[in-house]
Amino acid sequence: MERIPILKMGEFLLITIQVDMHDRLALALQDDLTERIIQTGARGVLIDISSLDVVDSFTGRLLGNIAAMSRLLDAETVVVGMQPAVAMTLVELGLSLEGVRTALNVEKGMEALKSSLEPGTKESKNGRGREKG
Amino acid sequence: MAKGSKRTKHQKDVLKDWMKEQMAAPTFRPDLIKEQELYDQSAEFLGLFVDAAQSGNLTDIQAPEWTKVREMLAELSRSRAERGFTSSDTAIFVFSLKQPIFNRLRLEVGEDPDVFADEMWVATVLLDKLALYTAETYQKRREAVIMRQQQEILELSTPVVKLWEGILAVPMIGTLDSARTQVVMETLLKRIMETGSTIAIIDITGVPAVDTLVAQHLLKTVSAARLMGADCIISGISPQIAQTIVTLGVELADIITKATMADALSVAMERRGLSVVPAQ
Repeated sequence: MERIPILKMGEFLLITIQVDMHDRLALALQDDLTERIIQTGARGVLIDISSLDVVDSFTGRLLGNIAAMSRLLDAETVVVGMQPAVAMTLVELGLSLEGVRTALNVEKGMEALKSSLEPGTKESKNGRGREKG
Repeated sequence: MAKGSKRTKHQKDVLKDWMKEQMAAPTFRPDLIKEQELYDQSAEFLGLFVDAAQSGNLTDIQAPEWTKVREMLAELSRSRAERGFTSSDTAIFVFSLKQPIFNRLRLEVGEDPDVFADEMWVATVLLDKLALYTAETYQKRREAVIMRQQQEILELSTPVVKLWEGILAVPMIGTLDSARTQVVMETLLKRIMETGSTIAIIDITGVPAVDTLVAQHLLKTVSAARLMGADCIISGISPQIAQTIVTLGVELADIITKATMADALSVAMERRGLSVVPAQ
């Protein structure tokens, strides 16, 4: 069965989704990721969806779930590179992914993760979590 | 052959009368159309009209026999709409043909009142239909112009400007409806991606009123920008709008709001780790 690769970069995990997400693939990703976080003790997860043109409500909700699960395992999730069309669709579907951090690209997402891990700085310059701005 | 030449002669007489009629009418606009051009148009129309009438179908102008007449009238009202004729100026073109045709009918069948009345009725109904068709085409043309202008206004009034490296601003002007919001959202998100901006300031100084629907549209734009990784600041909230928002019970708590664009910019700069200091 095809799987989405999860790359370890220092204390973060990087997932680049480059194929169309179908439900089984998404669920497999959820399984793999939670397992990898435990294995590696990762502190942050970056999900790059810049090559996804279509995100349905299932995938949208799953992104939210993955973020919540990772937080339970003490890893911060940042969804990066969402396409304008995808953002508009998710908003129209009523899925504004509250609680998921977002960033424009992998670089900015990495910065956001790093600064949130630094002691003393709760709020990062880029990307905003649940906390009020 | 004799019949043909007779027909041509009648046609010429009617055309002469008709021209006289059109030139005398108060709607004649020598400033917009030359006499020669009007004559050519009238002659062409009369020729097509007579051809179509020969088919015997004098009631249904949608029939294929009348296609050429309809095309000619459509072209005529299009050109008149563009030149600035009014709708009645355009319709008069056909209406003024009534008098010459009635005169001709009187000469031909005037002795028999019954036949005369019947013929008059047929001619009136037919010309009315053609005139209505002309007016309708004229109106459609004008509507097309209005539609195009609306589209242009839509595009003109939603610019996305780059204020600073990583800071975008959207000065919204005019009433926000679903279509406008859609355009604003699309352009803003596209520019966020192109410029890699992390902060967008939506300025609503030029928005006359905010109701629940408009607020919802704003919230959607903010959420979509956030999904892409950019924060939004809403600025330019007037005292009236602040009052309406609270009275309506609209929840804008998660969004940073500022009274002026200047305040919003200073917040945005601060977030980017920039500060403005006076020159030496």
